[in-house]
Amino acid sequence: MALATQQPDARLNDSLRIGTHTLASRLIVGTGKYASYEQMAEALALSGTDCITVAVRRERLVNAAGQNILDHIDTARYTLLPNTAGCFTAEDAVRVARLGREILSGLENPGADWVKLEVLGDAKTLLPDPVATLEATEQLVAEGFQVLCYTSDDPVAARRLKQAGATSVMPAGSPIGSGQGILNPNNIRICLEYLKQDDPDYPVIVDAGVGTASDVTVAMELGVDGVLLNTGIAHAADPLAMAVAMKSAIEAGRLAYQAGRIPKKLYATASSPEAGNIAAKPR
Amino acid sequence: MISHPSDDSPLTVNVIINGAPRDVASEITIAALLAELEVSQRHVAVEVNRQLVPRARHAEYQLREGDCLEVVTLVGGG
Repeated sequence: MALATQQPDARLNDSLRIGTHTLASRLIVGTGKYASYEQMAEALALSGTDCITVAVRRERLVNAAGQNILDHIDTARYTLLPNTAGCFTAEDAVRVARLGREILSGLENPGADWVKLEVLGDAKTLLPDPVATLEATEQLVAEGFQVLCYTSDDPVAARRLKQAGATSVMPAGSPIGSGQGILNPNNIRICLEYLKQDDPDYPVIVDAGVGTASDVTVAMELGVDGVLLNTGIAHAADPLAMAVAMKSAIEAGRLAYQAGRIPKKLYATASSPEAGNIAAKPR
Repeated sequence: MISHPSDDSPLTVNVIINGAPRDVASEITIAALLAELEVSQRHVAVEVNRQLVPRARHAEYQLREGDCLEVVTLVGGG
């Protein structure tokens, strides 16, 4: 029994390596859309994450005395992952990445050397612009950033981003904030095959679309290395309970992936032995 | 009219800060401007004319007429 109960726990200690960063949790959580900073802080703690993503926006100069998110984040506990959310051109994404790095370097947070790159093509779908994402990746890699690329679940685009030097490719399960889950698991499978071929430790993270805990588990069972989500927790009816659910989901999915699921079969296979059965078989 | 030495250096210059025009003292530095705006230097990064100005240069970087500044901070996001 000791083996059966200890080994899975030990497996949960497998950390997530992304470039030079090592994360204890495979869940990366966004910091937007919470009802309050207090709720955000509590949800982050309950989710078990040690990496949180933040956006870069204009300082509200009219209300300089107002609260700053940095007053509610323990920067010693969390590695911050600045993002370029809301950028529609490669040029703007590069500017925002530089600004994020500048702020993070002043905070002495290890997150100063990486960025979650998001270059969007369209405000309605928030789908990535693949060409601009590739251009921005090349530029940021040249400037020394470790680039985590938000992209679609297109395996060819994923491969091009890795070739351009992306530290991690992060295919969307479904559109940002849509809660539709993993719409095309087969594309995620092919992304994994392409990105991990001859490079099994290359980190692939599902970013966007998670609606509930089972979506996280489905993604992890496919073999992705982590999941990044925000709205699924922040807009749940009870964000704190959902944060706990997401923590369990990421652990369940990771363990199930490592455990190796049984193949799917069309017909049933009895779990109880046939031998010694006193019941007559149907003809 | 008697020429005055300060005539060729105006007392204020007009700059754009986060999209809004603002008159600031001529030759004001970024560091002095942030102090005037009561912004915590630790929480922000500053761009002038789309170029990042690193924090280490805020105390020496003087603003000019028409400069376009972005003063940004971190906010919640995903």
